[in-house]
Amino acid sequence: MVKKIFALIALAGIAFMLWGLFKSYRHQETLPRTSRYYAQKGPDELGSANLVTSVVVTYRGLDTLGEVTILFSVASIIGFFLKSRTQRELKAEGFRETSELLHTSTAFLVPIIFLFGAYVFVGGHLSPGGGFQGGAIIASGTLLLFLATPTASRGKTIISLVESVSGVAYVGIGIAGIFLAAGFLDNRILPTGRFGTIFSAGAIPVIYSLIGLKVGAELSAILYKLKDAKEDE
Amino acid sequence: MEYVALATGLLLVLTGLWGIASQRNIFRIIIGFSVFDTGLHVVLVSIAYLRGRTAPILDEAVSKGQAVNRIVDPVPQALVLTAIVIGVAITALMLTFALKLYEKRKTLEIESFEDLKW
Repeated sequence: MVKKIFALIALAGIAFMLWGLFKSYRHQETLPRTSRYYAQKGPDELGSANLVTSVVVTYRGLDTLGEVTILFSVASIIGFFLKSRTQRELKAEGFRETSELLHTSTAFLVPIIFLFGAYVFVGGHLSPGGGFQGGAIIASGTLLLFLATPTASRGKTIISLVESVSGVAYVGIGIAGIFLAAGFLDNRILPTGRFGTIFSAGAIPVIYSLIGLKVGAELSAILYKLKDAKEDE
Repeated sequence: MEYVALATGLLLVLTGLWGIASQRNIFRIIIGFSVFDTGLHVVLVSIAYLRGRTAPILDEAVSKGQAVNRIVDPVPQALVLTAIVIGVAITALMLTFALKLYEKRKTLEIESFEDLKW
């Protein structure tokens, strides 16, 4: 009880601070300087119709590389902590047979979900989409697969293969930017093309597709490890 | 409108912090963290909003020349995109730690983990 009161006092202090933030917020009429540069020069410089994408992939590309690295290290730490059950242990566990409904709908939906994820990351420079969103959609398809067949362990190799190949290719494209364009992760190693078409914005669609594959594989790997986790004796 | 979004975000932050501070079950604390995280995302996006403007995506409706006067700030949106993914990763990590803690002590009550208490 005393603890709850202390927590309440601390929360009241934080609420007071946040109230100050809320009161000092003033409605803005124009973009700040950095954003104005991105809005004015971005479309002509990089050729990406989605300005958020041009910020994420090129202007702040290094941040995105760092983010993908964080995701990778989280997946490795989870892999380090959770030991996987073997195929035989999974079978011995005796999962209840999944229902006909789930089986059939999984077979029907999973390819469509994967296709939709690919669509979202390939069109990331034209529409509200991108690698992270597309990757998350792909991982949700994998989750559906796991629910339908909890004992299966297909695709483990392909997940780690996709993950490492796309990660290496991402860094490779970044390094190619140093030699062929203005700097690390510059997208103008490929022609920027006609504005607003699928083959435009230089390397942005390529980089975002690689990010999408990597995020999808990474999240699927995390799901795999959580699914197969074994209790220590 | 942006004041409503900002207030909602800050309330979510407070709700999440209350969950973290008051709950005993580790899974509930993690849910509190998720709510806190979501609240921060709402706050960031609402600060990026400019009245009467549209999403920072150029098409027939918003041409290149008009962009500066027609779109909201793209930078905080890019930041939130990053923050969401990191939030998912941190949540997965916390759930893994919770699993390991449960294996060691067979309980999820935060009170029974006193090793670092002094």
